[in-house]
Amino acid sequence: MKVDLSQWHPVASSSDLPLRHVYQGQLWGHELAIWRADDGHVNVWENRCLHRGVRLSIGLNEGSELRCLYHGWRYANRTAGCTYIPAHPADAPARTVCNNAYQCIEKYGLVWSVVAPERSFETPVTLTDTVPLTLRAIQINAPSDLVQKFATDYPYGMVTHKSDTSMTLQSGVSELQLFFQPVDSGKTIIRGLLIPQPIDPIVALRHHNAMMTALRDKIELAVSGLAPPRAIEVEFKPVAKDLAQMPNINTAGPKVELRAKVARKWLTAQQVMAFRLEAFSEQFPTFQPGAHIDVSLPNGMLRQYSLTNGPGQTDHYTIGVKRDVASRGGSICLHDDVQEGDVIAISAPHNNFPLRRDAVKTILISGGIGITPLLSMAQALKAQELPFELHIFVQTKADLAFPEILQDLDALTKIYMGLSPRATRNVISGVLANYVAAQHVYICGPGVMLEAAREAAKKCGWPDEAVHFEYFKNSKEIDDKTTFEIALSRSALTLQVPAGKTILQILRENGIEVPSSCEQGACGTCLMTVIGGEPDHQDVYLSTKEKASNQKIITCVSRSKSNQLVLDI
Amino acid sequence: MTQDCDDPVVLNQWHPLSSFNEIVVGQKHRTVLLGRSLFYQQTAKGELFVWSCDNVSFVLPTKRAYGFLWTSLGIPPDELFAVEEIDEPDRQNVATGVFGVNVSFGRAIENFLDMGHFPFVHTGILGEEPHTEVKEYDVDVSESRDEIMATRCRFYQPQASLASAAGADVDYIFRVPHTNCALLYKSSPGYEAEGRMDVIYMFLQPMGPEWTRAHTGMCVIDVANSYESIRYFQQIIFGQDKSILENQFPKRLPLDSRAETPIRADKSAIAYRRWLAKKGLTYGVIPSI
Repeated sequence: MKVDLSQWHPVASSSDLPLRHVYQGQLWGHELAIWRADDGHVNVWENRCLHRGVRLSIGLNEGSELRCLYHGWRYANRTAGCTYIPAHPADAPARTVCNNAYQCIEKYGLVWSVVAPERSFETPVTLTDTVPLTLRAIQINAPSDLVQKFATDYPYGMVTHKSDTSMTLQSGVSELQLFFQPVDSGKTIIRGLLIPQPIDPIVALRHHNAMMTALRDKIELAVSGLAPPRAIEVEFKPVAKDLAQMPNINTAGPKVELRAKVARKWLTAQQVMAFRLEAFSEQFPTFQPGAHIDVSLPNGMLRQYSLTNGPGQTDHYTIGVKRDVASRGGSICLHDDVQEGDVIAISAPHNNFPLRRDAVKTILISGGIGITPLLSMAQALKAQELPFELHIFVQTKADLAFPEILQDLDALTKIYMGLSPRATRNVISGVLANYVAAQHVYICGPGVMLEAAREAAKKCGWPDEAVHFEYFKNSKEIDDKTTFEIALSRSALTLQVPAGKTILQILRENGIEVPSSCEQGACGTCLMTVIGGEPDHQDVYLSTKEKASNQKIITCVSRSKSNQLVLDI
Repeated sequence: MTQDCDDPVVLNQWHPLSSFNEIVVGQKHRTVLLGRSLFYQQTAKGELFVWSCDNVSFVLPTKRAYGFLWTSLGIPPDELFAVEEIDEPDRQNVATGVFGVNVSFGRAIENFLDMGHFPFVHTGILGEEPHTEVKEYDVDVSESRDEIMATRCRFYQPQASLASAAGADVDYIFRVPHTNCALLYKSSPGYEAEGRMDVIYMFLQPMGPEWTRAHTGMCVIDVANSYESIRYFQQIIFGQDKSILENQFPKRLPLDSRAETPIRADKSAIAYRRWLAKKGLTYGVIPSI
């Protein structure tokens, strides 16, 4: 039998995918995990978690993510990208950990897919503009070419159309469309559609079920003497090279390689513009709660904005931009110049503010526009039913961004309005008062508030590793007057860093690619490991404890106190 | 499943057939090893015999160790790996059951070494969400003993000991001294101060490349628990693992580094796959390309 992997076939009925179910299918020997997310999107994935090969069809459909049963890895709706690895709760998974997904489309009560597509799905001519009745699928233990041969005698009507994968039978004004799904070399599923919908569908379903069963018995009797054909050997695609080794955290550069369309732009709060960005044809990469993207602006600037998306909202990115008259013009350009329908360049998401999901309780504290990453986190925690509190500090009600998301979080949210800095500090101290082991706090807001919150956490006995924060920017004055040497241990290279240049610049000038994003010591993307020497920390990303350990350095601003700094690169 | 094995690494090794608890003296028992049907028997005098079902004159070597009968289809080494604890007088060595599982022995060994699945597969027993973190641990391949050791392993267990209802980190050490045998050492409740640990082991009998019988046992310093309750506990644990193992795909253990996606928590599994690849083992695995 000829195996043609390029043909589209129905692989499931829509009714096989009830709420939160994972359906196991197969096409040309390739096992499929088919599931519908709560937003209606149908996913057809290779039935194998790329971590340890466990079937995803025994996993849990959690509405917006599919969770593998073995180690709890979570994979996002649409992108099939991994959003969380419970064994390493403090790390963001490399965004390229991605299960193999097949193209698919849901139409006429069937889910269609293809192993190795050469062209996109084309509607069978006979189906245009119809709402057919989907018959019960019948599996037959025989190769599909044989099944097709026998099906021409199906007691319905004249065969008016035949293709490699389907057949049309005509009876008066009604048509029966049969599709032959090659499950494996010796197994076929017949899926039938009746056009138009008969007056009494139950009678029609019963009738065809009986006829199809008879057809199955006839075919299986005919092949009963034959040796079953060898099962198709499925080749497993190797995972990407960088995933095969022990994982590195984020090796990608700060490239704004994605094109996004501004699908919607709206004022979500006083001075805060929200942007819904959509991809053109390619799927946007998977994000995790706390992630940000770099946005390249028409005026040449590069700016970082956190995603507010909830889990599984993978068909778009949403960002919120506060108009800041005092800034260098990034926010003004987005507010005034970028319009709906415009195309902008953005980076794939970086996550330097990853959310642990192994806390006994998570406390989220936001000030002003600092709400954006925390919205993404709160929605993820809510979806997973993990305990959390969200404390929001704003000046007035009109400053409350994304009220529609907050509404869904309702009881878990507390909003404080118009508090003085001192009152804010008191409230935060109260919130952080009773530290219990394995609680975590995430803070995002203006520098002053962050400092106050970090101080309060320290006083209340919170260990450094339980306090996570993200600054909007580094408002410290950077001292770049020193001169020193950097030794790159893995590259066996020694370079001079003169006054006025950063470590990052010198590395790039020497052809070493280093990921970076904000380039002002706030986002943490250009983090590197220090093997020797004493760094002169000038960033706001590392915690006090991390700075004191002298094992990490933010290379876009920090320098060296010793004459030489040895870096692990 | 009866596919002949031509892998000298596996052929020239000792493999477990049965615990002596389950051998009826004088009775001929039948089993499968590496695709070959075998008979084994213990005589009233205590003599052990293993021979091929197809060829009475094909008699195989035998060994008695750790409460089990071992044999080999090739030329096995004189010695089996050492488990010193088994000889300690205040321990009970309990065979906790035999489990058939439709997967390669390599997948089963990896599962035995893996802590990351505790909260998800052994929920409420060996782990519990949200305590899912696999903390850094050390893995060494000892050249002199030719075995893999994972040390400094800790994992949160909901009921750390029978004495306490609270959860706490439990210490583990894992050993793989044989391609299809593994042992774990776990802090023994009440003996933590002395640093003595319970030994839990799994000796696998590869029936075919994708078909394994797991002989399990424990060597515990525990007088409180009955033999039955220890057996029952292990059967629950293995029953939970079995459904996962039989849904692993491909069933053979892929040795190519790009076949699957390891994380730091899988350090011991990475070492195990490399160790097998270095031995040139081909049976029950998908060799790297």
